[in-house]
Amino acid sequence: MKMSGAQIICESLVKEGVEVIFGILGGALLPLYDALPQYPQLRHILVRHEQGAAHAADGYARATGKVGVCFATSGPGATNLVTGIANAHLDSSPMVAITGQVARPFIGKDAFQEVDITGITLPITKHNYLAMDAASLPGIMKEAFYLAGTGRPGPVLIDLPRDVQQEQAEFNYPNKVNLPQYKPTLQGHPAQIKKAAKLIGESQRPLIIAGRGIIISKAYAELKELVEKGQIPVVTTLLGTSCFPESHALSYGMLGMHGMAYANMAVDASDLIIAIGMRFDDRATADVHAFAPHAQIIHIDIDPAEIGKNVRVDVPIVGDVKLVLSELNKIVSKTKHIDWVRKLDDWRKEHPSLIIRDGENLLPQYVVRQIYEATKGDAIIVTGVGQHQMWAAQYYWYDKPNTFISSGGLGTMGFGLPASIGAKVGCPDSTVWCIDGDGSFQMTIQELATIAQEKVGVKIAILRNAYLGMVRQWQELFYGKRYVATPLSSPDFVKIAEAYGLPALRVKTREEVAPAIAKAMAEPGAFLIDFIVEPEENVYPMVPPGAALAEVLEEPRKEAKAVKDSAKLPVSNI
Amino acid sequence: MAKHILVALVEDKPGVLNRMASMFRRRGFNIESIAVGPSETPNLSRMTFVVNGAATMVEQVRKQLDKVVETVKVSDITGDNVITRELAFIKVKANSANRSEIIQIVDIFRANIVDVAPDSVIIEATGDEDKINSLFNLVRGFGIKEVARTGQIAMTRGGAGPLPVTKAPPKTKAKGKKATK
Repeated sequence: MKMSGAQIICESLVKEGVEVIFGILGGALLPLYDALPQYPQLRHILVRHEQGAAHAADGYARATGKVGVCFATSGPGATNLVTGIANAHLDSSPMVAITGQVARPFIGKDAFQEVDITGITLPITKHNYLAMDAASLPGIMKEAFYLAGTGRPGPVLIDLPRDVQQEQAEFNYPNKVNLPQYKPTLQGHPAQIKKAAKLIGESQRPLIIAGRGIIISKAYAELKELVEKGQIPVVTTLLGTSCFPESHALSYGMLGMHGMAYANMAVDASDLIIAIGMRFDDRATADVHAFAPHAQIIHIDIDPAEIGKNVRVDVPIVGDVKLVLSELNKIVSKTKHIDWVRKLDDWRKEHPSLIIRDGENLLPQYVVRQIYEATKGDAIIVTGVGQHQMWAAQYYWYDKPNTFISSGGLGTMGFGLPASIGAKVGCPDSTVWCIDGDGSFQMTIQELATIAQEKVGVKIAILRNAYLGMVRQWQELFYGKRYVATPLSSPDFVKIAEAYGLPALRVKTREEVAPAIAKAMAEPGAFLIDFIVEPEENVYPMVPPGAALAEVLEEPRKEAKAVKDSAKLPVSNI
Repeated sequence: MAKHILVALVEDKPGVLNRMASMFRRRGFNIESIAVGPSETPNLSRMTFVVNGAATMVEQVRKQLDKVVETVKVSDITGDNVITRELAFIKVKANSANRSEIIQIVDIFRANIVDVAPDSVIIEATGDEDKINSLFNLVRGFGIKEVARTGQIAMTRGGAGPLPVTKAPPKTKAKGKKATK
């Protein structure tokens, strides 16, 4: 059947089971948008900035496990997507981004709103396409969704010239993709799995580091089985948060720069690291040369390029973690590590990393804990980037799978609000809390209009400390308390919310916290709470830049006196 | 740091060279030479990259190149069992007094003179990098006017070679061979 390129795109989206598209139209996408009303099963959510479209598609993808879709027009529309695409790329989030392009005769002429978006996004997409005729669209769409959602997921961009959208072509959606050379390794190599099982059986102090790969692969049960069979303690990366129940006796929380002291000490003392679906990011390893100095390392990941990239690996296993773990579980022996587990429990007692101090001022950690109390852990927590992100990861107990959505790799301030829209749209029956900072929130604050227009019932908690807090913390600790460009004035968020037609409250004291959260939860739709929190609260524990995981700073406030000169900071990825 | 030869079999599609070259740039490698041409299979091109780098870094780049969707396979074929060749044109200043001396040198290297002008000759030479460099050094004294080199292409001796044209998934096993240079 012949139809226009625009219709082919829509038909393909329907075939792929797409339900929602986040986007903003523009001249170069007019034909595509013109076709949309013929497909009422495709819900379009109009965002207020294309970065929001990409983050919303990303949040949707993470919450549902499905491929998120966003649209943007040519030129500035496409470049505004770039941050969101890079964010999805670094966190392996499946996304298909469709951008308008100037008509084919104008390509390469620096036409109005022309930009080489396939060139720009080349290093931040899993793959991208410039569709030069309508007949190629069904194949491209099929490939794009397949590439985005399989293997190590990631964003795929399709650049769509305006006249291709209008060109007529035959629509036959292919059943199979034609990508003979793209075959992700799913099954782990049996000999490698055997080696891993042997090492696990011999280890005295094994430790699992679980990452987002567990969530992507939905390997929750397999991970739990391995943990319980081998009595192996678990720590998670930031993006691995919620891949393993944190109330489990063998869960020791998050590792890394702001991980639990005992989690980092466990890595340091371990004789066998079993790294599953994680990529040894510098925020997780701290000084990579001093990482797990006594341990052999088993690394299970679907991406062969991650093996040996940052740390030496003794037993690499390339494959889908769910499949690899189920094979490993068959042959791993039942073991107990009573002394090792007892040691970790002692460390947990001696180095309690999660203490909420008493005091006059409202502490951000207290707010996060109260949100946990109110939701009983039965909510999806979405964060921006900064101190609030770390507190949200630390002070909320994640027992349910895939309940923590955050920008890890790129560290994109402004991710929270639009991503929470995507999460709520994808999981309308779940409670979704966006925990954000006043700095991060203002980077995508315009998406409040999207929430109002589309009636997205997101609960928003702003931890307002009147600083770009994480940077201020670094200035305090490493730049002689010179607070350059970090003090932050903000508008009245309650009035802002009200201007958008959303209910809101301001909270200044501990006593007001629980009632305000209860009120927000009782509200059927969106609700914003502006929490005025202790301005100079720091995130602890903290592994200083360039230090090893074991050199974790614990006691709040004390370290603030030990101001270091920034010039003497070791070279590290700050 | 050592010289590595990476050979890639890729789909012949627009932008593939850009994707491959961009990966070197992103990982901080300077490509010493690059040669691209059709392979024995229609719609597949073979690319030969010569790069300088530590073995672990080159291996990382190789894996990243392997992830490019159009890539069929990438191999690091650095080692003894490899034949490498490049083609060079060298335009040398020449006159009736020294032309025969140049021709002698060219003969020793089994190279050819492909153009003779009153004040210059063009030498066409094929060989591995060492041979081209030696020839270049010998004729440099006459005065070099222009040089064009293709960059190396490479192939392993005997057998099916490391790059059979198959539809098999890319192998991920590390190739830790030491470079000869």
